[in-house]
Amino acid sequence: MCRGVLSCFCLLDHSQYDLSSTTFSPDGRVFQIEYAQKAVENSGTAVGVSCKDGVVMAVEKVVVSKMLVPGTMRRAHLVDHHSGLVISGLISDGRQLATRARDECSSYKSVYDSAIPGHVLAERLANFAHVYTLYAYVRPFGCAALLGAHDDTNGYQLYLVEPSGVSYRYFGAAVGKGKQAAKTALEKLDFKSLTCREAVKELAKIIVDVHDEAKDKLYELEMCWVCEESKNMSQLVPQDVVDEARKAAEAAQDDDSDMDDDE
Amino acid sequence: MSGLRLTEGSRGPGASVAVEGAPLTRTQVPYVTGSSVLGMKCADGVVIACDTMASYGSLARFKRLTRMHVASPNCILGVGGDYSDFQQLQTMVDAEMTAQYVANDGLSLSPKAIHAFLARHMYHRRCKVDPLWNSVLVAGFHKGEGTLSLVDLYGTAYSSDVLATGFALHLGLPLLRNAHRPDITVAEAKVVMNDVLKVLFYRDARTNDVVQLATVTAAGVEVGDMVKLDTEWNHKAFVQGARAGDESSW
Repeated sequence: MCRGVLSCFCLLDHSQYDLSSTTFSPDGRVFQIEYAQKAVENSGTAVGVSCKDGVVMAVEKVVVSKMLVPGTMRRAHLVDHHSGLVISGLISDGRQLATRARDECSSYKSVYDSAIPGHVLAERLANFAHVYTLYAYVRPFGCAALLGAHDDTNGYQLYLVEPSGVSYRYFGAAVGKGKQAAKTALEKLDFKSLTCREAVKELAKIIVDVHDEAKDKLYELEMCWVCEESKNMSQLVPQDVVDEARKAAEAAQDDDSDMDDDE
Repeated sequence: MSGLRLTEGSRGPGASVAVEGAPLTRTQVPYVTGSSVLGMKCADGVVIACDTMASYGSLARFKRLTRMHVASPNCILGVGGDYSDFQQLQTMVDAEMTAQYVANDGLSLSPKAIHAFLARHMYHRRCKVDPLWNSVLVAGFHKGEGTLSLVDLYGTAYSSDVLATGFALHLGLPLLRNAHRPDITVAEAKVVMNDVLKVLFYRDARTNDVVQLATVTAAGVEVGDMVKLDTEWNHKAFVQGARAGDESSW
């Protein structure tokens, strides 16, 4: 009788089933993975689009201190000549993922003497993340990666690699704090006709709009692209282009809020 | 018998035979080889030059192969010795450059650093008694100055105003030294290179007459096309034999 009460109590707050990712809950969930996803949802928003002439990714990097030197602790990483990724979630977990992506790129190159195709890289990264959901002595990754790549067969590609070890290819994807609002905004874009230059502005606008001024005052906007303009090479979007896009987005937001005030 | 051992063989004095119980030895002979590389530092840059043949022993096995590799926008390698080891070097250098690219920290490897990188690898391999069988000329231009360095299969590494590898150590280097002036220009050096390559083609039976020149200047690396040497075979010594007209008692 007493034990029954106890186990009922434990079930209510998951505590029996969320201690390890090796345990399923009775309704078939793995709570540790869901908690890892929670870590991503608490993080700055990352958005990406695959458009007409390239793939662009942007991430809102919440700045932890006013004294931080701009550009440190990056969330946007290049992983090979033709691919790059941005991270939402724990920054150090993300770096681990970026390092692994680089290793996969160089190992593929050393075996096949050609650049790793986007879907292979995404799959290998997802496998890497997945392995961390299978054993009690490791924890899942507290981050998600938006991966942009180009190869001659499949053109420009955008993948989202999640802590659970799934990866899907998207036209537009968003993760992090503002993902719901960001997805709504992404759905309004016409990916077939959108150029990268336009996409930079759109992404800046999305990040600026979903940014929660009340909670995180300071943030940096980091962007990475692989596009015709960069000769299909992965590149951090030039700082002046990013700054300009952000300024325009912020100005537009101010106008909107002025209009709201008028009403 | 301990089964097939690919390292067994006795091709030349450098080859070692793996004996039962004895330590395992590595490949000790090159197979497909490139011959000499020449290099000269000039007032306004650096020139390197080589022919374009890879021999299999004394067989002229591959023609019109490049023996140069652009390592970075301001650094080029010219390589003699085993061609597959050269390809391995290219892979290594390229991997290093990719690592530099993805770091995206605004830094790049200088020609001096690339030379040091190669020297560490070559010395490491020779200490394992498993050398990459090459001599490599590293030509670069950095901070307004040309650099010209060499590293060989032992990991020996040095720099000089004029450098040569392989057979050109004997036949080419003296000619290069004679021709070199501190104020020599890249254009002048190219002419010198052509002359020395011609001498090498006449005398070194592991070269062909299609050559390639590359320059590194403030404008970056420029790799020339493969050019056929303009040769002259009617010299008296060529026609009548090396001692023709030789009155000496030697």
